[in-house]
Amino acid sequence: MTRFLAQTSPVADSTTSVVTPSIDFLGLLPVLLLTAGAVLLLMFRSLIPPPMNLSSPMKTSSVKRLFSFETAWMFVLAVGGLVTVVVQWFRVQDEGPIAVFGSEFASDGLALFAAAVILISVAAVALLLPRFCEQAQIKKAELYVLLMLSAAGGVVMTGANDLIVMFLGLETLSIALYVMVALNRHGLMSIEAGIKYFVLGSFSSAFFLYGIAMIYSTTGTTRISGINAFFADYIVLRDGVLLTGLALLLVGLCFKVASVPFHAWLPDVYQMAPTPITAFMASAVKVAGFAALMRVIVLALGERAHNWQPAVFVLASATLLLGAILATVQNNIKRLLAYSSISHAGFMLVGVQAASHEGVAAVLFYLAVYAVISLGSFTIVSLLTGPDGDGDSATVASAAGLASRKPLLTAAFVVLLLAQAGIPLTSGFMSKFYVISAAVEARSFWLAVVAIVSAVITAFAYLRIVVSMYFTSDIPATADDGIPSDVDTVKDCHSDIPVAADTGKGDNLERPLTAAHLTTLKLGIPAGKGDPLTGAERLPIGAVVVVSVAVVVTLLVGVLPSPLVSLALDASANLLGSIP
Amino acid sequence: MSELSASWYLAVSAALFAIGFTGLLVRRNPLIMFMCIELMLNAVNVAFVAFGAGLNDVGGQVAVFFVLVVAATEVVIGLALVVALSRFKTGATADDVSLLKG
Repeated sequence: MTRFLAQTSPVADSTTSVVTPSIDFLGLLPVLLLTAGAVLLLMFRSLIPPPMNLSSPMKTSSVKRLFSFETAWMFVLAVGGLVTVVVQWFRVQDEGPIAVFGSEFASDGLALFAAAVILISVAAVALLLPRFCEQAQIKKAELYVLLMLSAAGGVVMTGANDLIVMFLGLETLSIALYVMVALNRHGLMSIEAGIKYFVLGSFSSAFFLYGIAMIYSTTGTTRISGINAFFADYIVLRDGVLLTGLALLLVGLCFKVASVPFHAWLPDVYQMAPTPITAFMASAVKVAGFAALMRVIVLALGERAHNWQPAVFVLASATLLLGAILATVQNNIKRLLAYSSISHAGFMLVGVQAASHEGVAAVLFYLAVYAVISLGSFTIVSLLTGPDGDGDSATVASAAGLASRKPLLTAAFVVLLLAQAGIPLTSGFMSKFYVISAAVEARSFWLAVVAIVSAVITAFAYLRIVVSMYFTSDIPATADDGIPSDVDTVKDCHSDIPVAADTGKGDNLERPLTAAHLTTLKLGIPAGKGDPLTGAERLPIGAVVVVSVAVVVTLLVGVLPSPLVSLALDASANLLGSIP
Repeated sequence: MSELSASWYLAVSAALFAIGFTGLLVRRNPLIMFMCIELMLNAVNVAFVAFGAGLNDVGGQVAVFFVLVVAATEVVIGLALVVALSRFKTGATADDVSLLKG
């Protein structure tokens, strides 16, 4: 007994003196708000299901449909998170980078800038989701919960100062996305997109993880600032394992940001995902992916830039050119924007390739600008009416004559498309300018040339949509009421709304309700009849808010880029670890 | 018992990773494909344990737990997707999910 006590007492002593990591709760608050908010929302909605008001659709006013409880909850949490990020930003400006959780998680310029963009995109998507949930008849809160968890993963990814923490953030982000992508109402095609994304995503995660193991074997740590310090102090002579690890990490991250040899999942996923989720992927997921990419290769492995710069050069050129060329041959608008998003990823890789402060700042500026543009563009896509009655099926041809039917919406779309093409006086021009000038400063002249060529090619793709909207007259078949004549159920429900509600429930497995169908159910007006955009009340308010803010920001940053540029420069100046 | 050098463990890990990689590319059954992903993740676990032991660092061993948790979560989502797929088509293979092109 005494011997037992003698054995246990040192253990008891050591447990009392365990060093707990220092936690900076302000820096952790965005993640805590999102995860706790998601869990609470899930609990709340499991206990108190939302009222079923499908039987009396006319009672729900447009305002009430915008401010569903879930939307308000998610919006408030995102804005709250944004406030904490801003407060933390000023702290970081004064004190330099702050280690948040031990030193597993960093509050530095890169993390806070990226987290702010992610939270803004969450707030915007919160406004878009009610309309989608209504169209897809999703009455539960899963989509909101998954989106918040996914965003929390993204925030963790951007601030991770440890490769394992970054991996966990990446998986939290991705696993929630796999589900959300498959939640659309295109039956087998939605499941297909989900499975493709899942298989390729987990495949790339395995590569990323194997890369972490290789880097760990070389440097003896998975901490990013530790790896940075290791390469500043030592020169690795037998670097086979290190280079393999670097390549595997690059492959894993390039899958996530959809750089060209690893881009195959993106068009299918972007096209089939619910459009608000596509907007989230094009903004927040891209930001998280590039923040992680820059943290890993520019910060942790910056001393080995001579090893990865040629690889990123090739990846960036291929991404720029292939994304641009394939965008020009697309007919589906959502798919066209998906390919254009690949080419935008190429532009961001141009900034990454520079491996400098200016490069990081240019990529952050590009990410913020593109997040706003893509949120606006995909919101407009969700408002279009394609052959199947929703935005997912809208083609360049089906957008013909949109300018005469919805002049304001079309004008907004044109501004956003021109910004994506990089026309001067829009934010897109400034973002491309800074990325290319960073490449020129890093003496990557050919990459700058490729980027400019790619910008010209994608401009053709965007102008095809603009030409179709403005200079092509309506297609005769759809000119009468804006609804394709082959959708018989829609025709039926014009005459008798309750009957349409029944037929809608019967066949929603194979052919779910179309948007036109549901507009008829909800508002009691035939879809397509109220087309001319005379006032905003025809469009969902959430979408109008997002589009107008996106257009205003796009033009404002295009004319006055300096405030956002100086923010991005401040962000790249305050980094945990250093750029050589 | 003679001691094995770290490179043997790494060889096992690399072999497992290669088997998983090849299996994912070759097999058409979604369940087998998920198993191959699990195999790749477990290959990483072997590598982490070997490196951790070699470096005399507990970080490598701890990483395995995180990887296991993530692998379990991925299986849950993967199986849910397979169930959703088989509601449309029983016995569907990877060749059946090829509707999206272009």
